[in-house]
Amino acid sequence: MTNTQHLKTDVLVVGGGTAGTMAAIKAKQANPEAEVLILEKANIRRSGAIAMGMDGVNTAVIPGNSTPEQYVREITIANDGILNQKAVYQTGKLGYEVIQELDSWGVKFQKDTYGNYDLKQVHRVGKYVLPMPEGKDLKKILTRQVKRHKAKVTNRVMATRVMVKDGRARGAVGFDVRNGDFVVIQAKAVVLCTGACGRLGLPDSGYLYGTYENPTNAGDGYSMAYHAGAELTNIECFQINPLIKDYNGPACAYVASPFGAYTANAEGHRFVSCDYWSGQMMLEIWKELNSGKGPIQLKMTHLDEDTISEIESILWANERPSRERFHQSRGENYRTHGVEMHISEIGLCSGHSASGVWVNEKAETTIPGLYAAGDMASVPHNYMIGAFVFGRLAGVAAMEYVRDVAHLEPDADWLAAEKERIYKPLQNPDGIPHTQVEYKLRRIVNDYLQPPKNTHKMDIALNKFVNYHDTLDLMGARDPHELMRCMEVHFIRDCAEMAARASLYRKESRWGLYHYRIDYPEKNNEEWFCHVNLKQENGNMTLFKRPVEPYIVDVNLEEEVYDVKVTSK
Amino acid sequence: MALTNQRVDVPVIVDESKCLEKCHACIEVCPLDVLVKNPETGKAYMKYDECWFCLPCEKECPTNAITVQIPFLLR
Repeated sequence: MTNTQHLKTDVLVVGGGTAGTMAAIKAKQANPEAEVLILEKANIRRSGAIAMGMDGVNTAVIPGNSTPEQYVREITIANDGILNQKAVYQTGKLGYEVIQELDSWGVKFQKDTYGNYDLKQVHRVGKYVLPMPEGKDLKKILTRQVKRHKAKVTNRVMATRVMVKDGRARGAVGFDVRNGDFVVIQAKAVVLCTGACGRLGLPDSGYLYGTYENPTNAGDGYSMAYHAGAELTNIECFQINPLIKDYNGPACAYVASPFGAYTANAEGHRFVSCDYWSGQMMLEIWKELNSGKGPIQLKMTHLDEDTISEIESILWANERPSRERFHQSRGENYRTHGVEMHISEIGLCSGHSASGVWVNEKAETTIPGLYAAGDMASVPHNYMIGAFVFGRLAGVAAMEYVRDVAHLEPDADWLAAEKERIYKPLQNPDGIPHTQVEYKLRRIVNDYLQPPKNTHKMDIALNKFVNYHDTLDLMGARDPHELMRCMEVHFIRDCAEMAARASLYRKESRWGLYHYRIDYPEKNNEEWFCHVNLKQENGNMTLFKRPVEPYIVDVNLEEEVYDVKVTSK
Repeated sequence: MALTNQRVDVPVIVDESKCLEKCHACIEVCPLDVLVKNPETGKAYMKYDECWFCLPCEKECPTNAITVQIPFLLR
């Protein structure tokens, strides 16, 4: 017999990572009397993309170094013109305040001898990278602020669906991943902050959890927003990153390139002029790997001892500290070896590329009362500071919204149906294990969806993903932990279908390797200078063009083409 | 369906001589929730092979009982 827990709050934040903790803090600051609850399937102390901190800020717009307008221009060019500039502008405008507030909470950013933020250039134009050599305890600091602001936290509960009634978000349901309780949360507004879909493609290592993103981030919010009826956008603009081969984490050029490191081919020659992650850079890497001049490497062997030691002290303490033991176990050293790099599996993540739930400059989705922030919200190249900024915007907007909204009783039939859907694998403990069901699904993603994209292959992929519902029905779980993984496979399947449909819909190539179609190899601005959005309509996944919002910062895209290819070698 | 018990080289190694029965530090911080206590011994162990080798378990263990290896397939 499953217990049911009923919870009630004004603002519900699903996911307590970068964006979620900030959303909760800002909502409480906006109205300390109202109730804010963070629902987290791990523990907010060490959850999300920055579980082990971050080694630097990648999008810091600091007065005296750059302006929000310059930042919007750079991202407009890097994202081939497809963006809502008003949303990107928020990251440029509010990022500095976020950094100052984090600083006041005890987060350490690198400063020069005069006490000014010590910015570095990694982007093509402009300085936006602010190192955080002591950024490892970011989540502990955020957790302390969540408690100080008296936001409530429920750890180890995974949300599966947003409740929608009368066209508004009214709460969420899920289950306790340890004791299996069914959990129903009534809320007046819901903020989704569940991170990327990091378990879409299968890493070359074959290890399901050896992903770039924290593997807990399985596209939960993409799927939940879709089922709530919200629009998603740019899903065909995949996340593909240049990573340490096999380890699958960043090498990390953002840290090392300001010290003089650079990406090189096997002969030691540069082939990209800029180490900022873009689809155009990834296309150059893909070409280099296929030209016979690979493998490629992050080259640091030419740097002096002090510099290499400093790079090591940053890379081995923050973000992915196990980089140190990975290199050591292979007997490799930055002084004597280039770091072999490779192309990651595909994922969905606005933090690095552009795919996510559609949000405007207030973090509002297309469903009233439903907000999204962080890697799952469609603000291109938003990174960590963008997650903080949109968490803040979502928290404030949600708190404003709940003033005039009352709680609604959940629909009993809907709850019963969702409960039956969630617990089905537990009724079938000898069913096919989630590991095998997930492995096969993600192997199909690799085989048929990985760029360069091909129509025939994607047709096969789509057919397999649609039919995979039957395979999901065969899954068995022996305990609530396995049930959590089973429900994540449902999210991954939804994301795979969205990725196939959106990629088939946009009949051109754009964003370098992210959407490189063999059969439509050119960019076609006449027909495709628009977003491709999708949503659920009458039970079907519907795709449509959404015009790009008028620019607020002039950019001449005919002249300003993002090109990082190095021709003379 | 038949289920087998295949041997797997797991990334998280617990030194049982150092692990404290009443401590749950590693279990509470694991993002993937893969660590549990052996009910018979009170010692922590890796029950599910789902590791991001992110290290909070190792860093937060008060007795340095935990060693995280890079998963075999990657190292």
